[in-house]
Amino acid sequence: MRYAPVNLGRWVLWGTTVVVFAVAPLVFTSSFALTLLTQMGSFIIFALSYNMLLGQGGMLSFGHAVYSGLGAYIAVHALNLIGKGTVVFPVTLLPLVGGLAGMVFGILFGYVTTRRAGTTFALISLGIGEMVFACVLMFPGFFGGEAGVSTNRVVGKPILGISYGPALQVYYLVAVWCFLSMVAMFALTQTPLGRMANAVRDNPERAEFVGYDTQKVRFLQLVLSAFFAGVSGALSCINFEIVSAENVSAIRSGGVLIATFIGGVPFFFGPILGAIVFIFFVAALSGFTKAWLLYLGLFFVLMVLYAPGGLASLVMMQIPVLRARRFGALLLPYAAAAGAAALAMAGLIGVTEMVYHLSDVSGGTLMTLAGMEFDAKSGVPWAISVSLLVLGLISLHFATRYLARRWAEIKTA
Amino acid sequence: MNAALQLKDVHKSFGSTKIINGVSLEVRAGERHAIIGPNGAGKSTLYNLISGRFPVSSGKIFLGEEDITGLKPFQINRKGLSRSFQVTNIFHNLSVYENIRCAVLWPAGHHYSFWRRVGGLREVKRRAEETMERIGLAKRRDVPAGVLTYAEQRALEIGITIAGGAGVVLLDEPTAGMSRTETAHAVQLIREVTVGKTLVMVEHDMGVIFDLADRISVLVYGEIIATGAPAEIRANRAVQEAYLGTLHHA
Repeated sequence: MRYAPVNLGRWVLWGTTVVVFAVAPLVFTSSFALTLLTQMGSFIIFALSYNMLLGQGGMLSFGHAVYSGLGAYIAVHALNLIGKGTVVFPVTLLPLVGGLAGMVFGILFGYVTTRRAGTTFALISLGIGEMVFACVLMFPGFFGGEAGVSTNRVVGKPILGISYGPALQVYYLVAVWCFLSMVAMFALTQTPLGRMANAVRDNPERAEFVGYDTQKVRFLQLVLSAFFAGVSGALSCINFEIVSAENVSAIRSGGVLIATFIGGVPFFFGPILGAIVFIFFVAALSGFTKAWLLYLGLFFVLMVLYAPGGLASLVMMQIPVLRARRFGALLLPYAAAAGAAALAMAGLIGVTEMVYHLSDVSGGTLMTLAGMEFDAKSGVPWAISVSLLVLGLISLHFATRYLARRWAEIKTA
Repeated sequence: MNAALQLKDVHKSFGSTKIINGVSLEVRAGERHAIIGPNGAGKSTLYNLISGRFPVSSGKIFLGEEDITGLKPFQINRKGLSRSFQVTNIFHNLSVYENIRCAVLWPAGHHYSFWRRVGGLREVKRRAEETMERIGLAKRRDVPAGVLTYAEQRALEIGITIAGGAGVVLLDEPTAGMSRTETAHAVQLIREVTVGKTLVMVEHDMGVIFDLADRISVLVYGEIIATGAPAEIRANRAVQEAYLGTLHHA
């Protein structure tokens, strides 16, 4: 009678995750898709580890790339030693090396950063990030300077046919580590330390008066988080076969913050969504347009303003509606909002792409967008784009009001 | 009688402002001891000194035999002194059950463990559920603490304070802002949950004090001007002079 009921929903979720990981490369078969999926896998670990700080521990870090990056550097040197035959170690377990390295640096830097919470923590983490970046450039012997340290992931004889030469094998390596890390990080939220990290996030003072040293809670949480950051760093080292200063840079630290926030800080699975979207922007969209960073920034700002709980909160909002079987009533307003947003986006993309095209003097004024070729200096495309944007924004205004009314009706019903 | 808590010539100044001016106080083991005094007398500061929130400027504080002067709040808490707050100080985003559980984890010996599932800790669960039962919030178990009513939050505040099983409990105005029925309910609750413990309470409601306290200390301008049984305090000329008016309502 006292036994906790089996949490069926949770098993279904984890089971689905395994299936998705397993079949994703069978569905998206192009080599580009495989690269994308592999990057997503290692970034999911990175974003989840970041949320151990921000979401679970209330620590806004501006220097999380330090742990993944230094983990990656140690991993790349370890891989090179394995390649030379100096050390015998399976490449499959290389993420463990990266993780332990991340952890060691977590102990070292975390001892300083976690002494304070809040703004002070954020500022010290920023300072340490800059410091590490400077050191990486200062010691080219170990860090390889701007060019970085390159490696070859194919070492020794294949074991059971696994050489990590083919990209698919690397994908499955990342997938397995990603799944294990997800499970481990979720399990950590269910431990006394994980729970006290939440308590320290909510009210550090009261936590001190129920017997907890809040510094120590933050410290341990950071060290564990740095471990997973290191795992993700080692996986990216295997995937790209190069580690450079970019791996520890403030850009990467900012990237993981943006990804985690977009995904949803209050929910465990939020950073997973965030990592997928972020890698889509960084790796996929960047191939199509030079303005990808602008789109990402805009998306981020809109999320901060209108959905501070991230994509995960938008998903979670639907669940009570679905349970009450009222989702049908929302279909029309959702469709209206989506249509209006699409109009506005089309206009915005038109304007942005034309501006970018004209700013690039080498390209001339002729450009193609959505299969249409036109002159970016002529009036017609501008008129169309601007009117689409204005029309879209106006209809979005009414569509969201319509949606809000429906929401209110469902809530009261 | 053994002293559960003892203050020896404790001083506290903020800059040049002296808030606590040589307080010596002995709280006997097992008694309910009330500290009263006009606004600004330094009652809350005294609590903050005892519980380690602020360091003392000079003097000594003993918990039982042990010198706790200069220890941090969590160290003092681990030695068996627990306090509540005048302004509700709970974990707003956590459920009622999780709030109580936070207060049980350390005393139950789980400390910073990250290798055990918190849901599987039977003893923790039992103690947390028992505390929720005692403070009357068992039915609100999974409600986030931030959305509880004021009276419920005050009850939770007491719940967090006593859940760890500390031997010495300091309550800071536990009935502040409550209606008459809520106050009566709170007094009953405090009486029940502090059986077998040493209770120190700061309170403004004289009805509550004369109802609950075995002994009373009167703090005026950072000094204790009298300590004694309720009847003695009521009859004390110095107390009447320093603290007239308020006592008349009792």
